[in-house]
Amino acid sequence: MAEVVLLDFWGSPFGMRARIALAEKGVKYEYKEEHLLTGKKTPLLLETNPVHKKIPVLIHNGKPISESLVIVQYIEDAWSDTAPLLPADPYGRSQARFWADFVDKKIYDQGKKIWANKAGEVQEAGKKELMESLKLLEGELGEKPFFGGETIGYVDVALVPFYTWFYSFETIGNFSIEAECPKLIEWVKRCLERESVSKSLVDPEKVYVDLILVLKKMYGYE
Amino acid sequence: MADQGEVKLLKTWSSLFGLRVVWALKLKGIPYESVDEDLTNKSDLLLQYNPVHTKVPVLIHNGKSICESLVILEYIDETWSQNPPRLLPRDPIQRASARFWAKFMDEKQALPSMWQAFTKEGREQEEGVASIAENLKLLEAELEGKKFLGGEEIGIPDFALGWLVNLVPVFEEILGLKIVDEERHPSLSEWSRRISDIPVIEESWPPRDKLVTKWAAIRDHFLATARASSG
Repeated sequence: MAEVVLLDFWGSPFGMRARIALAEKGVKYEYKEEHLLTGKKTPLLLETNPVHKKIPVLIHNGKPISESLVIVQYIEDAWSDTAPLLPADPYGRSQARFWADFVDKKIYDQGKKIWANKAGEVQEAGKKELMESLKLLEGELGEKPFFGGETIGYVDVALVPFYTWFYSFETIGNFSIEAECPKLIEWVKRCLERESVSKSLVDPEKVYVDLILVLKKMYGYE
Repeated sequence: MADQGEVKLLKTWSSLFGLRVVWALKLKGIPYESVDEDLTNKSDLLLQYNPVHTKVPVLIHNGKSICESLVILEYIDETWSQNPPRLLPRDPIQRASARFWAKFMDEKQALPSMWQAFTKEGREQEEGVASIAENLKLLEAELEGKKFLGGEEIGIPDFALGWLVNLVPVFEEILGLKIVDEERHPSLSEWSRRISDIPVIEESWPPRDKLVTKWAAIRDHFLATARASSG
């Protein structure tokens, strides 16, 4: 096995976080696709993440690490001498962890209310909640080019992958995220100028057609 | 020792999450002022220092606030890094493991399943109880052969699970169920005793009878709400 292996799924925002962090640090790794849409999980996944059986899993010299933000913090700790994703001071680090935790608590679940439901109460609630969360994040970004300041950091890595699912939310929910959070979309574009991000994120339209619509059919969310 | 500055902790008398921060501050010997909030009547201080979630605990250090208990624990560990104990190990793999298990407690399994078992009845409660049993099995396996979840020393995952020691007996009493027992969970039971023996932890437990009253009322409230909406 290669020294660094990433078990991942092409459309997962959580997996994209790990890809961006590894690219920022210049770490060479072997990417292994878990074909989640087949419903089958590989023995390697079951062995390396027996507790949750989910991707992403980072395997470094045979040792597995799971949970995307735990993985990103591990990458930060293990390759600490290049491209730091967290600031040096404890207070700055605590704020970055707080906002990444906020992203984790809100964005996926709120987005799911939109894509996994027909037009109606639940979907409307999801739209409202998502926009509140994104506006708060936009406020936290303020005038900085990135959440990390002059360069991308932990919160940027935690949030930017969800951009690939915005098109799906907007199409299914019939609304525009850019209309209400233009600064956030500008931030996304700045992030995409970095190779670590542009090479790690997938095409939002592909996410819509090949993932979200497929999931909706698979689970009967129609 | 670094100039320690002014440290204030906003919590409630019974908050499990606040308790973690109390343990960290006391074990590291950091003097602090404690403010107990009434969450039915949130103070201006709370609203100002945790505008996003308006929840406790909140640590205020030299006028700056840090929220979310696990974030606070890492902040304390990094700011007062000279004060033992280390709450997170140095080795990156061990740190990842500690963070993984702390997350497991709060987000993934342990607390949510406990909440389900506690606030529901019938089929839903059974599912919660089954889920708890699964989670405890995993924790039992993780603890085997170790003194603490963190290894030789107490650490963040132990703090994250600490509520088990004090609150599970309260839940067991209210529900009339055995959740943790010596036979199925020898390592967990041993760990619980070890945690309880730590003076700082032992002296910080909220009073048991007050907890029973509070949690029994919470359960009644949830059951009544559920019955009213389904009846």
